[in-house]
Amino acid sequence: MFRYLLSKLGILVPTFLGVTFLTFALIRLAPGDPVLIMAGERGVSPERYAELRAQFGFDQPMLVQYFNYLGDVLRGDLGISVVTHTPVLTEFLGLFPATLELAIIAIMLAICLGLPAGVIAAVKRNSPFDYSLMGTSLIGYSMPIFWWGLLLILFFSINLGWTPVAGRLGFEYDVEPVTGFMLIDTLLSGEPGAFKDAVHHLILPAIVLGTIPLAVIARMTRSSMLEVLGEDYIRTARAKGLHPFLVVFQHALRNALIPVVTVIGLQVSVLMTGAILTETIFSWPGIGKWLLESIYRRDYPAVQGGVLLVATVVILVNTVVDLLYSVINPKIRKQ
Amino acid sequence: MSGETIETADHAMPGPVAEFWRAYRRNVGAIIGLVVFSLITVVAVFAPWLAPYDPAAQFSDAFLVPPLWSDAGSSRFLLGTDDLGRDLLSRLIHGARLSMSIAAVVVCLALTTGMLFGALAGMARGFVETAIMRFMDILLALPSLLLAIVIVAVLGASLTNAVIAVAIVLLPHFTRLTRASIVSELSRDYVTAARLDGAGQLRLLFKTVLPNAAAPLIVQATLAFSSAILDIAALGFLGLGAQPPTPEWGTILSASREFIQRASWTVTLPGLAILVVVLATNLMGDGLRDALDPRLKRG
Repeated sequence: MFRYLLSKLGILVPTFLGVTFLTFALIRLAPGDPVLIMAGERGVSPERYAELRAQFGFDQPMLVQYFNYLGDVLRGDLGISVVTHTPVLTEFLGLFPATLELAIIAIMLAICLGLPAGVIAAVKRNSPFDYSLMGTSLIGYSMPIFWWGLLLILFFSINLGWTPVAGRLGFEYDVEPVTGFMLIDTLLSGEPGAFKDAVHHLILPAIVLGTIPLAVIARMTRSSMLEVLGEDYIRTARAKGLHPFLVVFQHALRNALIPVVTVIGLQVSVLMTGAILTETIFSWPGIGKWLLESIYRRDYPAVQGGVLLVATVVILVNTVVDLLYSVINPKIRKQ
Repeated sequence: MSGETIETADHAMPGPVAEFWRAYRRNVGAIIGLVVFSLITVVAVFAPWLAPYDPAAQFSDAFLVPPLWSDAGSSRFLLGTDDLGRDLLSRLIHGARLSMSIAAVVVCLALTTGMLFGALAGMARGFVETAIMRFMDILLALPSLLLAIVIVAVLGASLTNAVIAVAIVLLPHFTRLTRASIVSELSRDYVTAARLDGAGQLRLLFKTVLPNAAAPLIVQATLAFSSAILDIAALGFLGLGAQPPTPEWGTILSASREFIQRASWTVTLPGLAILVVVLATNLMGDGLRDALDPRLKRG
C-alpha cells in the first residue's frame, strides 16, 4: 500500500509542476506586452513601464521568472488581482465555498438518483423502465447545460414563479457568513425562512450541474450491475435461495460499485467545467463566474491563480479517488 | 444497400464492411442517430439553397415574430424571427453548416495531431514517450471547458481560436488511445512477422499497426465530434467563440438570452438544434463502439 501511495505521489508532483508551468506560460503566450495589457487603454509612461516590468519581474530571463513564480506559488502567494487589488488566494477562498456547496449538492443529487435508477434498470433489463432510463440518460449526457439551465429558468422561475432566477439568497435576509455554505449559515442564523430561501436558490443550479454526472452514474451503474449479475457467485447466491433483494444489494451492488466510484471521482472535472456555465446562468457567486469575469476583465493574475487552484483541486481529488479505489479493490494495488 | 449486403452475407463470408453493418444495424438507436445525423449533414451542405432567407438579412417589419404554431405566427417565418428581425430558421440552417463543419475541422485537427503524438510516443518509447504522455496528463488534469476558455482568453475571442482551443482539449484522448493501441499491437506476433519480413518503422506503423488500431480511434472521433459541437457552442454562449452576427448556435442562444421572457423560441430552438445533433452523434458513437469493438460487443 505504501509503495502504491508513493507511486501515486510520484505522478502527482510532476503533474502539479506541469500545471504551474502551463499557467506560467499562459500569460507569456498572450499576444502583446503583459504590462501594456495590464495598464489598459490609458497606456503608461516609459518610466512607469520599466518600473512595472521590474516589479513583475518581466525583465529577468524566462527560467528565473518561472522559478520565482514557482517559489511564490509554493509560499501561497498567487499574486494580486489587478482589478480588485486583493490577493488572488483570498478571493478564491472567499468564493470557493459557494462553488463547493453547489457541487456537493449536485453530485449528491446525481448519486442519490443515479445509483438506484441504474440498479433498477439492470435488474429489470429490457423493461420499459430500462429503456426510458437509458434514453433519458443519453439525453442528459448530450445536454448543452447552458441551454438546460435557461429552460429550467423559463419554466420554473418565469412561468411558474417557484424559484428565484439568480443568486444564493434573497436580499431580505441578512445572514452572517460563518462557514461560507449558505445552507448551514442560514440554519445557524436562525432567521425564519432563510434556510428555505437558500434551498430555493440552490435547487435549479444543482439540478443543472448534476444532470451530466447523473446521466453518467446511472449508465455506469447499470452496465456494471449487468456485468456482475451475470457472475457465477450471483447464480450461487440465488441458487441457495437468498432473497433477491439481498442478492442485489449485498452481493451484486458491492462489487458493481467499484467502477462507479471511479466514475464519480472523474466527475470533479465535469463539475468544475459545469460550474463555469451554471454559475454564469444563475449569477451564482462562485469560482466559475469569477474566473470567467476575470477573463473578460483581462485580470491575468486572477486567471492564472484561479486556473492553478482549480487544477490543483481536480488533481488532488483524482488522487484521493485513486487511493480510495485501491482500498475498495485490493487487486489494483498488486498490479 | 442493405439488401445487397444481406445477399452476400448469406452466401459467403461477409467482408469487414458488411460485417460491421450487420452489427451496427441491430442497434435501433444507432440507426436513428445515423438517419438524423445524415439529414442534418444534408441540411448543412445545402444550407444556402435550403434556407429561405439570408441569415443576416433583417426584416424591419418583423421583430420577434413568433413561430408558425403560435397564435401570432406567420407562414413567412416558420420558426419566427429574432430581435433584429432575422429569420430564425435561416440562421439555424446556416448554424448547422457552421457547427458541423467546425466540429469536423476540430476533430480532424485533434485526430491527426493526437495520432502523430501517440505514434511518436508508442514507437520511440523512453524519454520522448514520458514527455509526451506527461504533457497529455497535464492537459487532462484541467477541466476541459476551463482549458478551452483559458486558451481562447490568451489567444483572443474568435472562432478560429475557439477551434484551436477545443482541438487542444480533445487532443490527449487521441494521443493516449493511439499510443496504447500501438504499444499493445507491437508485441503481437503478426507485427514480429512483418518485422522479420524486413518492414521498416514507417511501413510497420502505417501498413501494419495503425489499421488495427483504427476501430477505437473511429469511435473516439465520433464522441469527440459531439464534444466539439458542445464546447464550441458553450464558448459561443460565453462570448468567447464565434462573434455576432455569425449564426453559430451558441452565439445565437447567447444573444437571445435577454428575450427569454418575451420571445422564448429564440432561446429554445437553437438549444434544441444543439441537443439533437449531439444526441444523434452520441447514438451513432454508441452504435459504432458496439459494432467495431469486439471486446465490448459481448457485453
